[in-house]
Amino acid sequence: MSSNWVEVCAADEIDEEDVIRFDHEGRTFAVYRSPDDEYFATDGLCTHEHIHLADGLVMDDIIECPKHNGRFNYKTGQAKGAPVCVNLRTYPVKVEAGSVFIAIS
Amino acid sequence: MRHIVIVGAGECGARAAFALREKGFDGEITLIGAEPHLPYERPPLSKEGLAGAEQPKYVAGAERYQAARITVLTDAPVARIDRSGKAVKLADGRSVTYHRLLLATGARPRTFPGAPENSERIRMLRTHADALAIRAALAPGRKLAVIGGGFIGLELAATARKLDAEVVLIEGLPRVLSRGVPEEIAAVVAEQHRREGVEIVCGARITAIEDNGASACVVVADGRCIAADLVVVGIGAVPNTELAEAAGIAVDNGIAVDRTLRTSDPDIFAAGDCCSFPLQQHGGRRVRLEAWRNAQDQGTLAAANLIGGAEHIASVPWFWSDQYELTLQIAGLADGAALTVRRDMEEGAFILFHLDGGGRLIAASGVGPGNAVARDIRLAEMLIAAGARPDPEALASPETKLKKLLAA
Repeated sequence: MSSNWVEVCAADEIDEEDVIRFDHEGRTFAVYRSPDDEYFATDGLCTHEHIHLADGLVMDDIIECPKHNGRFNYKTGQAKGAPVCVNLRTYPVKVEAGSVFIAIS
Repeated sequence: MRHIVIVGAGECGARAAFALREKGFDGEITLIGAEPHLPYERPPLSKEGLAGAEQPKYVAGAERYQAARITVLTDAPVARIDRSGKAVKLADGRSVTYHRLLLATGARPRTFPGAPENSERIRMLRTHADALAIRAALAPGRKLAVIGGGFIGLELAATARKLDAEVVLIEGLPRVLSRGVPEEIAAVVAEQHRREGVEIVCGARITAIEDNGASACVVVADGRCIAADLVVVGIGAVPNTELAEAAGIAVDNGIAVDRTLRTSDPDIFAAGDCCSFPLQQHGGRRVRLEAWRNAQDQGTLAAANLIGGAEHIASVPWFWSDQYELTLQIAGLADGAALTVRRDMEEGAFILFHLDGGGRLIAASGVGPGNAVARDIRLAEMLIAAGARPDPEALASPETKLKKLLAA
């Protein structure tokens, strides 16, 4: 499986314990900065009703869908209970020279 | 033998069934529903579910019930509860014994007095079958009259406009969304509907709804007939309490439960739209909610307590509605507010924060395009749950992050 590192934004454009939406070649992603200053990325849409997760709230390592409060661990993609039951796909992230990159396979 | 029986196969009953397994219950679980379908989500019925879907949006597929060893009885209306024999008697004569019972019987639409009952032109919206029937009657140029300017009526009006039907919405009170939605927000919603071509008639006293064979007629107080191809009545819901009442269980605007969702029978619990419960954030005032999130939360809570827990209801009431590109979200109950402050956000979105006389945040109501208000309403919900007394000026200022207030 070949990976393709794509630049998302400057690292300081995402607040701590927050998330932004990143669209690339017809796909949409959510890119997170955790309270302990690590970066993560998942698919951008909730697995319940295809809502952009980047409009949701990040608390610790959880992203909560803005529509129906479906919860995922954004570090692992794991669905944390009703109404979501399908996990989110996650993507490798790296920070280089002050910019965030995600690996899109 | 340990057997938990759940009467009512909607969002709440289904959630309770799965939560029982998630919490480690190992006995039998039977979920009994009157409809022919597995449990499905009702919110889409007035929205995308009405506009297109042939199949309801199921809470879970059949394989998940199998995997969780949940027996689902569909098409199985319940006739009565035999408390002394600890059994649920089905209308078809079957009997299902329980050691603990959950009533998640939901609510049904309030009927308009005197309206014809089996008319194809006069309908209500609660089930997937209702949605299909309404969908079939709507087409470009057909005229729909919606009775009632609550969430269901307004969502239905918006969906019907998407289908290019003509829509008149008739409300008895002076404005739409009188129950639970502040006037400033209701005005934004009403204006959007007018822009989209919905005729809104407020303050109308409807004296009759008739089907004259070729069309339906909504007769208002001055004798005028508002003619339509289809009338949908959306004037609220009444809780399904009859089974409980007939079994001698206490009922008070819903099956009366305590803060653990237990009814007056210690082996019987009730949850969701059908029950009334003491709301902690409002001094234990007894309320009944008709809301999707509440159905889920109480289903989960009931599961914990059915297997011996003693958890209390702690959720803040939460509602949402989608109409056109607008979304409303409300956390808490605003009645009793002494002060309301407004926070303006991007793209015309705004949130009203409602504080009581002691400065405690009791509710937040927001409206805006897409999910513009979602994050802040969620944070407001947490502030309400925490009993916070945030500075009103900070709430009003878009520069203040609500997350900071929560941490304070």
